[in-house]
Amino acid sequence: MSSVLFDVPGPKARIRHRLLAVVGVVVVVGIVGFVAYRFYDTGQFDAKKWDWIQYTTIQQDLLTALMNTLQAFAAGAVLALLFGAVFAAGRLSEHAWLRGPSMVIVEFFRAVPLVIMLFFFYYGLPTVGIKMSPFAAVVLGLTLYNGSVLAEIFRAGILSLPRGQSEAAYALGMRKTQVMIQVLLPQALRAMLPTIISQLVVLLKDTALGFLITYEELLRYAGFLGGKFEFGRPLIPVSIVVAFMYIAMCLLLTALARYLEKRNRRSKKHVELDDTGKTEAVALAAD
Amino acid sequence: MDVLVNNLPLFLSGFFTTIKLFLISAVGSLVLGTILAMLRVSPVPVFRAAATVYVTLLRNTPLTLVFFFFAFAFPLLKIVSPDSFSYFVAAITALILYTSAFICEVVRSGINTVPVGQAEASRALGLSFGQMLSNVVLPQALRSVVPPLVSTLIALLKNTTIAAGFSVAEAGAIRSTLSERGADTMVGLLWVALFFVVLVIPMTLLQRSLEKRWSVAR
Repeated sequence: MSSVLFDVPGPKARIRHRLLAVVGVVVVVGIVGFVAYRFYDTGQFDAKKWDWIQYTTIQQDLLTALMNTLQAFAAGAVLALLFGAVFAAGRLSEHAWLRGPSMVIVEFFRAVPLVIMLFFFYYGLPTVGIKMSPFAAVVLGLTLYNGSVLAEIFRAGILSLPRGQSEAAYALGMRKTQVMIQVLLPQALRAMLPTIISQLVVLLKDTALGFLITYEELLRYAGFLGGKFEFGRPLIPVSIVVAFMYIAMCLLLTALARYLEKRNRRSKKHVELDDTGKTEAVALAAD
Repeated sequence: MDVLVNNLPLFLSGFFTTIKLFLISAVGSLVLGTILAMLRVSPVPVFRAAATVYVTLLRNTPLTLVFFFFAFAFPLLKIVSPDSFSYFVAAITALILYTSAFICEVVRSGINTVPVGQAEASRALGLSFGQMLSNVVLPQALRSVVPPLVSTLIALLKNTTIAAGFSVAEAGAIRSTLSERGADTMVGLLWVALFFVVLVIPMTLLQRSLEKRWSVAR
């Protein structure tokens, strides 16, 4: 926490802060209380609306839906990392015939919304005779979009390594491929690990887009469950439960990123990036 | 080409809605995001905690779920009358609430890059916390975060297409109308993709030029 923005409060400031704290608490409690009242008033606290949690079949179906989400995530993550590594190498290549197409492909897939890609694969391609399951369409879309972003992240990482690294490797007589695979990529991966993992969090959240093309993942199941009349259409309870499942998964991934970053900083192999590399990493992480 | 020419009004109105969605939610999330960032660095712990909880919750929820909540579940609470809460308003609410969490993080990272001396000097001059933030620190912070800020806005532009799944007739929804008319959806979607590339490239160029012009030399 940057406490440099304000001094340690004196007696007057302490009173003022306490007053503001009271106002803040009142506002927050007011909002939460109002929402809770609306919940109560519209019957969201009725036992009937939360009944569904107790059914074993529903619990199992919820777990299946969660597994479907995780499957799409796992397949998409592995393929996107591969795609990213290949196209980052392509963009850094010395041959213009590799560099040009890689740049066009990466920039194109970064600029096109994932939803449009998913629609294209699931609804567009069948018109020319290529049928795709919802799962394949989701994984392909996630791979192309996140792979392009990851390619840019890898590239930024490799470019921001100190030049001495590749110079020394060339001086030792290594070939271009060797320099890339044995010297540059491992260090860049290490340095960019937090950014890479935050992109994987994006990928995990993007699996929810499968909802739009009938992939049976968590959100789709939530929609199905929320519409059931025998539980009084529990849309709100279901979306709260599912939201917490997503938040828990994302926070776990973020915690992993923090842990790796901490371990990384202690490691002797850690290379400090220059400033341009860092700002580029921040800019990419915002995507 | 036929698909585009024959359905030109559809494409135009779709992209008009997309741009309308984008502009309204961009302004909304910039304002809300900056306010959240100010709360996150405030000396009052309660404000900091409230903003942190908000950002953590919204950043880790899929946008599709936020859309889902505001399109289907929120009207059940009857907080606002269902007539005034159309799908378009639901889409704008979802986009603003989601994007402002990201804007907040970007602005906060900018506040952290402003040298300590700036805040110290403003305090020495007798500026209050609010004056210091709005007159000294934020103007410098916003300059240094132009690239990630524009990236976030580009992401917002692309995210507007999710509204297509929730009954808003914007660019992503062109597909369903095309397939109703029996036109070639694949070619139509390629045109939509091309339009997005055309929309995003100027923003990237703007990002580069602003970065050059506004960057603070330190």
